[in-house]
Amino acid sequence: MNIEAEVLWLDEHREVSLRELIDLSGLREAELLELVHSGVIAANDRPGVGYHFSARVITVARTACRLRDDFELDTRGLSVALRLLERVRTLEEEISRLRAELPR
Amino acid sequence: MKYADYYAALGVERGASADEIKKAYRRLAQKHHPDVSKEEGAEARFKEIAEAYQTLKDPEKRAAYDALGSRPQGEEFRPPPDWSRQHGGAGADAGSAQFSFDDADFADLFSRFGARNGALAGEDFEVPVEISIEDAFRGTTLSLSLSMPEYDASGRVRRVPHTVKARVAPGAVDGQRLRLPGKGGKGRQGGRDGDLYLDITLKPHRLYRATGHDLFLDLPLAPWEAALGATVEVPTLSGLVSLKVPAGTSAAKKLRLAGRGLPKPRGGAGDLIAVAQIVVPGELGERERELYQQLAEISEFNPRRHFAAEGT
Repeated sequence: MNIEAEVLWLDEHREVSLRELIDLSGLREAELLELVHSGVIAANDRPGVGYHFSARVITVARTACRLRDDFELDTRGLSVALRLLERVRTLEEEISRLRAELPR
Repeated sequence: MKYADYYAALGVERGASADEIKKAYRRLAQKHHPDVSKEEGAEARFKEIAEAYQTLKDPEKRAAYDALGSRPQGEEFRPPPDWSRQHGGAGADAGSAQFSFDDADFADLFSRFGARNGALAGEDFEVPVEISIEDAFRGTTLSLSLSMPEYDASGRVRRVPHTVKARVAPGAVDGQRLRLPGKGGKGRQGGRDGDLYLDITLKPHRLYRATGHDLFLDLPLAPWEAALGATVEVPTLSGLVSLKVPAGTSAAKKLRLAGRGLPKPRGGAGDLIAVAQIVVPGELGERERELYQQLAEISEFNPRRHFAAEGT
Protein backbone atom coordinates (compact mmCIF):
# COMPACT_ATOMS: atom_id res chain seq x y z
CA MET A 1 0.00 0.00 0.00
CA ASN A 2 1.33 3.41 -0.92
CA ILE A 3 0.53 6.28 1.43
CA GLU A 4 1.51 9.92 1.06
CA ALA A 5 2.06 11.13 4.59
CA GLU A 6 1.57 14.45 6.31
CA VAL A 7 4.91 15.43 7.88
CA LEU A 8 5.04 17.53 11.06
CA TRP A 9 8.35 18.95 12.23
CA LEU A 10 8.93 18.53 15.94
CA ASP A 11 10.57 21.90 16.46
CA GLU A 12 10.06 25.14 18.36
CA HIS A 13 7.77 26.55 15.63
CA ARG A 14 4.98 24.10 16.44
CA GLU A 15 3.08 23.89 19.72
CA VAL A 16 0.99 21.22 21.37
CA SER A 17 -1.48 21.48 24.24
CA LEU A 18 -1.28 19.56 27.50
CA ARG A 19 -4.00 17.18 26.27
CA GLU A 20 -2.17 16.53 22.98
CA LEU A 21 1.10 15.92 24.80
CA ILE A 22 -0.58 13.40 27.09
CA ASP A 23 -2.06 11.58 24.08
CA LEU A 24 1.19 11.60 22.12
CA SER A 25 3.51 10.63 24.96
CA GLY A 26 1.48 8.09 26.93
CA LEU A 27 2.30 9.87 30.19
CA ARG A 28 -0.45 10.49 32.71
CA GLU A 29 -1.44 14.10 33.37
CA ALA A 30 -0.12 14.01 36.96
CA GLU A 31 3.25 12.65 35.77
CA LEU A 32 3.53 15.24 33.05
CA LEU A 33 2.69 18.08 35.42
CA GLU A 34 5.23 16.84 37.94
CA LEU A 35 7.90 16.84 35.23
CA VAL A 36 6.83 20.36 34.24
CA HIS A 37 6.96 21.56 37.85
CA SER A 38 10.38 20.00 38.35
CA GLY A 39 11.62 21.92 35.30
CA VAL A 40 12.51 18.87 33.20
CA ILE A 41 9.82 19.58 30.62
CA ALA A 42 9.56 23.21 29.54
CA ALA A 43 6.04 24.63 29.25
CA ASN A 44 4.41 27.95 28.44
CA ASP A 45 1.64 28.67 30.91
CA ARG A 46 -0.74 31.14 29.27
CA PRO A 47 -3.45 32.72 31.40
CA GLY A 48 -6.84 31.39 30.36
CA VAL A 49 -5.33 28.90 27.92
CA GLY A 50 -3.23 26.65 30.13
CA TYR A 51 -0.03 24.83 29.39
CA HIS A 52 1.37 24.73 25.88
CA PHE A 53 4.56 23.03 24.80
CA SER A 54 7.04 23.29 21.97
CA ALA A 55 6.65 20.24 19.71
CA ARG A 56 10.32 19.53 20.50
CA VAL A 57 9.12 18.39 23.95
CA ILE A 58 7.16 15.49 22.44
CA THR A 59 10.40 13.53 22.09
CA VAL A 60 11.35 14.18 25.72
CA ALA A 61 7.89 13.18 26.98
CA ARG A 62 7.89 10.01 24.89
CA THR A 63 11.34 9.12 26.24
CA ALA A 64 9.97 9.68 29.75
CA CYS A 65 7.11 7.29 29.07
CA ARG A 66 9.48 4.66 27.66
CA LEU A 67 11.81 4.93 30.66
CA ARG A 68 8.84 4.74 33.05
CA ASP A 69 7.59 1.55 31.41
CA ASP A 70 10.92 -0.15 30.73
CA PHE A 71 12.57 0.63 34.09
CA GLU A 72 9.45 1.02 36.22
CA LEU A 73 10.64 4.50 37.29
CA ASP A 74 8.57 6.94 39.33
CA THR A 75 8.55 10.63 38.39
CA ARG A 76 11.50 11.46 40.67
CA GLY A 77 13.56 8.77 38.98
CA LEU A 78 12.35 9.97 35.58
CA SER A 79 13.31 13.52 36.44
CA VAL A 80 16.90 12.51 37.27
CA ALA A 81 17.19 10.24 34.22
CA LEU A 82 15.84 12.92 31.86
CA ARG A 83 18.17 15.58 33.27
CA LEU A 84 21.15 13.29 32.76
CA LEU A 85 20.04 12.36 29.24
CA GLU A 86 19.67 16.05 28.43
CA ARG A 87 23.19 16.70 29.71
CA VAL A 88 24.49 13.82 27.58
CA ARG A 89 22.65 15.23 24.55
CA THR A 90 24.09 18.71 25.10
CA LEU A 91 27.62 17.31 25.51
CA GLU A 92 27.24 15.15 22.40
CA GLU A 93 26.16 18.20 20.42
CA GLU A 94 29.17 20.09 21.73
CA ILE A 95 31.51 17.22 20.79
CA SER A 96 29.91 17.02 17.37
CA ARG A 97 30.45 20.77 16.85
CA LEU A 98 34.07 20.60 18.01
CA ARG A 99 34.70 17.60 15.73
CA ALA A 100 33.17 19.48 12.81
CA GLU A 101 35.61 22.35 13.45
CA LEU A 102 38.64 20.06 13.42
CA PRO A 103 40.29 19.59 10.05
CA ARG A 104 40.24 16.02 8.72
CA MET B 1 7.82 -18.00 11.94
CA LYS B 2 11.05 -18.44 13.85
CA TYR B 3 11.14 -19.66 17.44
CA ALA B 4 12.45 -17.16 20.00
CA ASP B 5 14.12 -18.55 23.13
CA TYR B 6 12.94 -16.02 25.73
CA TYR B 7 14.81 -17.66 28.58
CA ALA B 8 18.07 -17.47 26.63
CA ALA B 9 17.35 -13.83 25.75
CA LEU B 10 17.25 -13.02 29.47
CA GLY B 11 20.05 -15.43 30.34
CA VAL B 12 17.98 -17.42 32.86
CA GLU B 13 17.06 -21.08 33.28
CA ARG B 14 13.63 -22.25 32.18
CA GLY B 15 12.70 -22.83 35.78
CA ALA B 16 13.74 -19.32 36.89
CA SER B 17 11.55 -17.61 39.48
CA ALA B 18 9.63 -14.44 38.70
CA ASP B 19 12.14 -12.50 40.82
CA GLU B 20 15.11 -13.94 38.91
CA ILE B 21 13.44 -13.03 35.62
CA LYS B 22 12.80 -9.47 36.82
CA LYS B 23 16.39 -9.04 38.03
CA ALA B 24 17.80 -10.41 34.77
CA TYR B 25 15.59 -8.04 32.76
CA ARG B 26 16.59 -5.01 34.83
CA ARG B 27 20.30 -5.81 34.54
CA LEU B 28 20.11 -6.27 30.77
CA ALA B 29 17.77 -3.31 30.22
CA GLN B 30 20.19 -0.97 31.99
CA LYS B 31 22.94 -2.16 29.67
CA HIS B 32 21.09 -2.23 26.35
CA HIS B 33 18.24 0.29 26.58
CA PRO B 34 18.43 2.45 23.43
CA ASP B 35 17.92 5.64 25.45
CA VAL B 36 20.98 4.76 27.52
CA SER B 37 23.28 2.69 25.33
CA LYS B 38 24.94 3.89 22.14
CA GLU B 39 26.38 0.45 21.38
CA GLU B 40 25.75 -0.83 17.90
CA GLY B 41 22.78 -3.19 17.89
CA ALA B 42 21.59 -2.04 21.34
CA GLU B 43 18.09 -1.30 20.09
CA ALA B 44 17.65 -4.74 18.51
CA ARG B 45 19.09 -6.43 21.61
CA PHE B 46 16.78 -4.46 23.89
CA LYS B 47 13.82 -5.38 21.72
CA GLU B 48 14.60 -9.07 22.27
CA ILE B 49 15.00 -8.54 26.00
CA ALA B 50 11.78 -6.52 26.34
CA GLU B 51 9.81 -8.99 24.22
CA ALA B 52 11.04 -11.86 26.39
CA TYR B 53 10.25 -10.01 29.61
CA GLN B 54 6.77 -8.97 28.48
CA THR B 55 5.90 -12.64 28.07
CA LEU B 56 7.78 -14.24 30.94
CA LYS B 57 6.73 -11.71 33.60
CA ASP B 58 3.06 -12.56 33.02
CA PRO B 59 2.16 -16.02 34.48
CA GLU B 60 -0.57 -16.65 31.87
CA LYS B 61 1.68 -15.73 28.95
CA ARG B 62 4.59 -17.66 30.43
CA ALA B 63 2.48 -20.80 30.74
CA ALA B 64 1.40 -20.45 27.12
CA TYR B 65 5.01 -19.88 26.06
CA ASP B 66 6.22 -22.93 28.00
CA ALA B 67 3.51 -25.01 26.34
CA LEU B 68 5.18 -24.32 22.99
CA GLY B 69 8.11 -26.45 24.14
CA SER B 70 11.81 -25.71 23.93
CA ARG B 71 13.57 -25.37 20.61
CA PRO B 72 16.77 -23.84 19.32
CA GLN B 73 16.68 -20.06 18.85
CA GLY B 74 15.64 -19.12 15.32
CA GLU B 75 14.38 -22.58 14.34
CA GLU B 76 11.50 -22.55 11.86
CA PHE B 77 8.41 -23.18 13.92
CA ARG B 78 4.62 -23.49 13.98
CA PRO B 79 2.59 -23.65 17.19
CA PRO B 80 0.87 -27.01 17.86
CA PRO B 81 -2.64 -27.17 16.29
CA ASP B 82 -4.52 -26.90 19.57
CA TRP B 83 -2.20 -24.39 21.25
CA SER B 84 -4.21 -21.26 20.39
CA ARG B 85 -7.48 -22.75 21.57
CA GLN B 86 -6.00 -23.99 24.82
CA HIS B 87 -4.10 -20.85 25.67
CA GLY B 88 -6.09 -18.08 24.02
CA GLY B 89 -3.22 -16.62 22.05
CA ALA B 90 -3.39 -15.08 18.61
CA GLY B 91 -5.39 -17.24 16.30
CA ALA B 92 -7.60 -18.56 19.10
CA ASP B 93 -10.69 -17.67 17.12
CA ALA B 94 -9.28 -18.78 13.83
CA GLY B 95 -11.27 -22.00 13.89
CA SER B 96 -9.86 -23.01 10.55
CA ALA B 97 -6.73 -23.15 8.52
CA GLN B 98 -7.46 -19.64 7.23
CA PHE B 99 -5.34 -18.07 9.94
CA SER B 100 -1.76 -18.12 8.74
CA PHE B 101 1.02 -18.00 11.30
CA ASP B 102 3.32 -17.34 8.37
CA ASP B 103 2.21 -13.69 8.31
CA ALA B 104 2.85 -13.16 12.02
CA ASP B 105 5.94 -12.68 14.17
CA PHE B 106 6.63 -14.94 17.13
CA ALA B 107 5.80 -12.10 19.56
CA ASP B 108 2.41 -11.69 17.86
CA LEU B 109 1.38 -15.06 19.32
CA PHE B 110 1.07 -13.41 22.72
CA SER B 111 -0.43 -10.12 21.62
CA ARG B 112 -4.01 -11.04 22.55
CA PHE B 113 -3.29 -11.84 26.17
CA GLY B 114 -4.63 -9.18 28.46
CA ALA B 115 -6.28 -7.37 25.58
CA ARG B 116 -9.15 -5.38 26.94
CA ASN B 117 -12.38 -4.49 25.28
CA GLY B 118 -12.91 -0.98 23.99
CA ALA B 119 -10.90 1.33 21.76
CA LEU B 120 -7.21 0.49 21.43
CA ALA B 121 -4.85 3.04 19.95
CA GLY B 122 -2.50 1.80 17.26
CA GLU B 123 1.17 1.37 18.08
CA ASP B 124 3.59 4.25 17.47
CA PHE B 125 6.76 3.42 15.59
CA GLU B 126 10.10 5.22 15.61
CA VAL B 127 12.29 4.80 12.58
CA PRO B 128 15.85 6.09 12.15
CA VAL B 129 16.41 7.61 8.71
CA GLU B 130 19.73 8.64 7.20
CA ILE B 131 19.72 11.32 4.52
CA SER B 132 22.53 13.02 2.65
CA ILE B 133 23.55 16.62 3.26
CA GLU B 134 22.42 17.36 -0.31
CA ASP B 135 18.95 15.96 0.52
CA ALA B 136 18.82 18.08 3.67
CA PHE B 137 19.69 21.10 1.51
CA ARG B 138 17.24 20.47 -1.33
CA GLY B 139 14.59 18.50 0.50
CA THR B 140 13.74 14.92 -0.37
CA THR B 141 10.94 12.41 -0.57
CA LEU B 142 11.53 9.35 1.58
CA SER B 143 10.07 6.00 0.69
CA LEU B 144 9.89 3.87 3.82
CA SER B 145 9.16 0.15 3.65
CA LEU B 146 7.64 -1.01 6.92
CA SER B 147 6.02 -4.15 8.21
CA MET B 148 3.13 -3.28 10.51
CA PRO B 149 0.84 -5.49 12.59
CA GLU B 150 -2.81 -5.42 11.62
CA TYR B 151 -5.63 -7.05 13.54
CA ASP B 152 -8.91 -8.37 12.24
CA ALA B 153 -12.22 -8.12 14.10
CA SER B 154 -11.46 -11.17 16.26
CA GLY B 155 -8.01 -9.90 17.18
CA ARG B 156 -5.99 -12.07 14.84
CA VAL B 157 -2.78 -10.37 13.86
CA ARG B 158 -0.76 -10.44 10.70
CA ARG B 159 2.15 -8.39 9.43
CA VAL B 160 1.32 -6.23 6.45
CA PRO B 161 3.98 -4.50 4.36
CA HIS B 162 3.46 -0.77 3.92
CA THR B 163 5.30 1.80 1.91
CA VAL B 164 5.03 5.26 3.39
CA LYS B 165 6.11 8.22 1.31
CA ALA B 166 7.10 11.32 3.23
CA ARG B 167 8.23 14.64 1.82
CA VAL B 168 10.97 16.17 3.95
CA ALA B 169 11.21 19.89 3.18
CA PRO B 170 14.65 21.53 3.01
CA GLY B 171 16.21 22.33 6.36
CA ALA B 172 16.46 19.05 8.28
CA VAL B 173 19.46 18.83 10.58
CA ASP B 174 21.12 15.96 12.39
CA GLY B 175 18.76 14.81 15.16
CA GLN B 176 15.66 16.35 13.56
CA ARG B 177 12.49 14.53 14.58
CA LEU B 178 9.46 14.34 12.32
CA ARG B 179 6.00 13.06 13.13
CA LEU B 180 3.74 11.39 10.58
CA PRO B 181 0.33 11.35 12.26
CA GLY B 182 -1.72 8.20 11.78
CA LYS B 183 0.98 6.34 9.85
CA GLY B 184 1.87 3.92 12.65
CA GLY B 185 -0.05 0.80 13.59
CA LYS B 186 -3.80 0.65 12.96
CA GLY B 187 -6.07 1.42 15.89
CA ARG B 188 -8.57 -1.23 16.97
CA GLN B 189 -12.22 -1.03 17.89
CA GLY B 190 -12.40 2.67 17.07
CA GLY B 191 -9.03 3.59 18.58
CA ARG B 192 -6.88 6.13 16.76
CA ASP B 193 -4.13 4.96 14.44
CA GLY B 194 -0.61 5.21 15.84
CA ASP B 195 1.99 7.67 14.60
CA LEU B 196 5.25 7.18 12.80
CA TYR B 197 8.24 9.13 14.14
CA LEU B 198 11.30 9.66 11.99
CA ASP B 199 14.66 10.34 13.60
CA ILE B 200 16.80 12.00 10.95
CA THR B 201 20.58 11.73 10.87
CA LEU B 202 22.86 13.14 8.20
CA LYS B 203 25.25 10.84 6.38
CA PRO B 204 28.94 11.74 6.56
CA HIS B 205 29.93 13.86 3.55
CA ARG B 206 33.11 13.84 1.49
CA LEU B 207 33.63 17.60 1.97
CA TYR B 208 31.27 19.02 4.57
CA ARG B 209 30.81 18.44 8.28
CA ALA B 210 27.41 19.58 9.50
CA THR B 211 26.63 20.95 12.93
CA GLY B 212 23.12 22.32 13.21
CA HIS B 213 22.58 24.38 10.08
CA ASP B 214 26.27 25.31 9.77
CA LEU B 215 28.64 23.43 7.53
CA PHE B 216 32.41 23.18 8.01
CA LEU B 217 34.73 22.66 5.07
CA ASP B 218 38.52 22.22 5.04
CA LEU B 219 40.08 24.86 2.79
CA PRO B 220 43.55 23.79 1.62
CA LEU B 221 45.78 26.78 0.82
CA ALA B 222 49.26 26.95 -0.68
CA PRO B 223 51.76 28.73 1.65
CA TRP B 224 51.93 31.75 -0.68
CA GLU B 225 48.11 32.00 -0.86
CA ALA B 226 47.97 32.03 2.93
CA ALA B 227 50.81 34.57 3.23
CA LEU B 228 49.90 36.92 0.39
CA GLY B 229 46.12 36.49 0.35
CA ALA B 230 44.14 35.12 -2.56
CA THR B 231 40.69 34.76 -4.02
CA VAL B 232 39.82 31.07 -4.26
CA GLU B 233 36.79 29.16 -5.46
CA VAL B 234 34.96 27.22 -2.80
CA PRO B 235 32.32 24.51 -3.43
CA THR B 236 29.00 25.23 -1.73
CA LEU B 237 25.81 23.19 -1.94
CA SER B 238 24.49 25.70 -4.48
CA GLY B 239 27.65 25.84 -6.60
CA LEU B 240 31.09 27.43 -6.59
CA VAL B 241 31.54 30.82 -4.91
CA SER B 242 34.58 33.08 -4.67
CA LEU B 243 36.13 33.51 -1.24
CA LYS B 244 38.68 36.22 -0.45
CA VAL B 245 41.42 34.80 1.75
CA PRO B 246 43.06 37.67 3.61
CA ALA B 247 46.84 38.01 3.60
CA GLY B 248 48.43 36.42 6.68
CA THR B 249 45.89 33.61 7.06
CA SER B 250 47.19 30.94 9.43
CA ALA B 251 46.09 27.32 9.60
CA ALA B 252 42.80 26.73 11.46
CA LYS B 253 41.58 30.29 10.76
CA LYS B 254 37.86 30.19 10.05
CA LEU B 255 36.49 32.06 7.05
CA ARG B 256 32.72 32.40 7.12
CA LEU B 257 30.46 32.38 4.08
CA ALA B 258 27.23 33.69 5.62
CA GLY B 259 24.01 31.96 4.56
CA ARG B 260 25.78 29.24 2.55
CA GLY B 261 25.03 26.42 5.00
CA LEU B 262 21.85 24.39 5.32
CA PRO B 263 18.54 26.23 4.92
CA LYS B 264 16.32 26.77 7.94
CA PRO B 265 12.72 25.56 7.63
CA ARG B 266 11.27 29.02 8.34
CA GLY B 267 13.71 30.98 6.19
CA GLY B 268 17.35 31.95 6.42
CA ALA B 269 20.24 29.54 6.42
CA GLY B 270 23.27 28.52 8.41
CA ASP B 271 26.79 29.48 7.38
CA LEU B 272 29.52 27.67 5.50
CA ILE B 273 32.71 27.92 7.50
CA ALA B 274 35.94 27.26 5.61
CA VAL B 275 38.77 26.16 7.90
CA ALA B 276 42.16 27.14 6.45
CA GLN B 277 44.77 24.42 6.07
CA ILE B 278 48.25 25.27 4.85
CA VAL B 279 49.41 22.56 2.48
CA VAL B 280 52.96 22.26 1.17
CA PRO B 281 53.98 20.36 -1.94
CA GLY B 282 55.21 16.84 -1.21
CA GLU B 283 58.11 17.30 -3.55
CA LEU B 284 59.77 20.57 -4.60
CA GLY B 285 61.14 21.36 -7.99
CA GLU B 286 64.68 22.76 -8.16
CA ARG B 287 63.54 26.37 -8.65
CA GLU B 288 60.92 26.07 -5.91
CA ARG B 289 63.56 24.76 -3.50
CA GLU B 290 65.85 27.71 -4.32
CA LEU B 291 63.09 30.23 -3.68
CA TYR B 292 62.13 28.58 -0.37
CA GLN B 293 65.81 28.62 0.65
CA GLN B 294 66.08 32.31 -0.20
CA LEU B 295 62.94 32.97 1.81
CA ALA B 296 64.35 31.04 4.77
CA GLU B 297 67.54 33.14 4.64
CA ILE B 298 65.90 36.54 4.50
CA SER B 299 62.80 36.01 6.66
CA GLU B 300 62.87 36.97 10.34
CA PHE B 301 59.58 35.21 10.99
CA ASN B 302 59.74 32.82 13.92
CA PRO B 303 56.52 30.81 14.37
CA ARG B 304 57.83 29.44 17.71
CA ARG B 305 58.71 32.77 19.32
CA HIS B 306 56.32 32.15 22.19
CA PHE B 307 58.33 29.05 23.21
CA ALA B 308 61.12 31.36 24.31
CA ALA B 309 58.98 32.76 27.13
CA GLU B 310 59.26 29.37 28.83
CA GLY B 311 62.98 30.15 29.44
CA THR B 312 64.03 26.58 28.57
